[in-house]
Amino acid sequence: MSQLKKWKEVPRGGLILKPGSAAEYETGTWRTFRPIHHEDKCIQCLRCWIYCPDAAVIVKDGKVVGFDYVHCKGCGICARECPAEPVAITMSPESDFDKE
Amino acid sequence: MTIAQTKRGKNTRVAGIRTALTGNDAVAEAWRQVDLDVVAAYPITPQTELMHKFAEFVADGKVTTKLVLVESEHSAMSCVIGASASGCRCATATCANGLALMWEMLYIAASLRYPIVMADVNRALSGPLNIHCDHSDTMGARDAGWIHLFSENVQEAYDNAIQAFRIAEHPDILLPVMVMLDGFILSHTTEVLELVPDDAVRAFVGEYKPDYLLLDPAHPITVGPLDLPDYYFEHKRQQIEAMEAVPAVVTKVAEEYAELTGRHYGFIEPYRLDDARVAIVALGSTAGTTKATVDILREEGKPVGMVKVRMFRPFPVKELVDALSGLDAVAVFDRSASFGAMGGPVYIETLAALYGTRTNVRVMNGIYGLGGRDIGTSLIRPVFEDLLKGKMEPQVRYISVRE
Repeated sequence: MSQLKKWKEVPRGGLILKPGSAAEYETGTWRTFRPIHHEDKCIQCLRCWIYCPDAAVIVKDGKVVGFDYVHCKGCGICARECPAEPVAITMSPESDFDKE
Repeated sequence: MTIAQTKRGKNTRVAGIRTALTGNDAVAEAWRQVDLDVVAAYPITPQTELMHKFAEFVADGKVTTKLVLVESEHSAMSCVIGASASGCRCATATCANGLALMWEMLYIAASLRYPIVMADVNRALSGPLNIHCDHSDTMGARDAGWIHLFSENVQEAYDNAIQAFRIAEHPDILLPVMVMLDGFILSHTTEVLELVPDDAVRAFVGEYKPDYLLLDPAHPITVGPLDLPDYYFEHKRQQIEAMEAVPAVVTKVAEEYAELTGRHYGFIEPYRLDDARVAIVALGSTAGTTKATVDILREEGKPVGMVKVRMFRPFPVKELVDALSGLDAVAVFDRSASFGAMGGPVYIETLAALYGTRTNVRVMNGIYGLGGRDIGTSLIRPVFEDLLKGKMEPQVRYISVRE
């Protein structure tokens, strides 16, 4: 995660001075539960990629390979919508990863 | 007519134009001279005539202002916030319940750091319904992040209404300014005053040059986005810093205005205080009434004085402490009640300012004039007499309420 700016460094009044800067906002810090992708169980239906509200499912060559944890808010929609049996996405508490 | 010339920050003294106006007309006249970009108007007594007058200037083509007639005060403040975001110099006016309806937008104007100027014609908040003067309206808004300038008379209302733009728009400040004038007492009373010539006003306020424009496609910005626990506090800290920079700017603007007009305004104005033993602290038109009372008692050889507070936000702690410290006793006048608090807001602020200083001055609170109840020298005189006798009880007294 990037260093948070000090009060003298941020534009006044909450102004955002350039467009498209939402990508720089690390919404991953909001996460309480972290989605874990189990590649061996994944049927590559890409439903998680379709449903993810933050475009945080990483797809390479047409296949789900994991999550963008800098932006994933941990909403859990991917895990809920995963149709695979057994399920290919599970949610784990962030506290399990505190030592990372 | 002399033309004001700005050379190395020095303003040449200009010949004033002596005339007579009501407080409402004087503020409208100041804003005609400034020639604002956008003004939002919604009528409420006793502010209505101010906007009537300004609307007349618009209709007569005397200003280039876009006058927006809105459906409520909430919309009036929203309108000038939007206009300010797009880089316009703008103003509005209101009072009492109109100010109350603006509430959330007052905070937004201040926190987005827009240099809006608003005249508040002080009027009692309902209920029961009352249209007359007290300070309960703006005192409720004292923590909204606006600069508060009170006016003793029509001249000062006019002078404040011009200086407000320079204060608000200073790059170290960028905060909205409220100019207060007492409802009816000043708003509807014709007084003699001296106007500054149009060109001198225009030169004094200069051109407003905002650094960011909402409607500049080449440099797109976002105004008012969500601000979460990770940055909201930092923005509030900036706002506090801006408020702390206000006294230096108010002083500089006042000095330049004095060069131009010969009229100088401080944060406070001590009156016959040098050899006084006791004093009254007052805001607005009552400062004038208190001065008159001081003059009467001085004729009788009594060592009394008074302190007018012109700038209530930011509160002039140091200046007030310096003015009051050597005295035996002080009565702080409040034209509003703060229900459940230990007294009125000016009293509480004054006590807080004096706390921890080495002074032994004793302080009491006179709450007066609610809902436009008249205050005259005959009501102020007994307060001075009690102060001279050292009679400080009750510590909070209600002047001229029927017991």
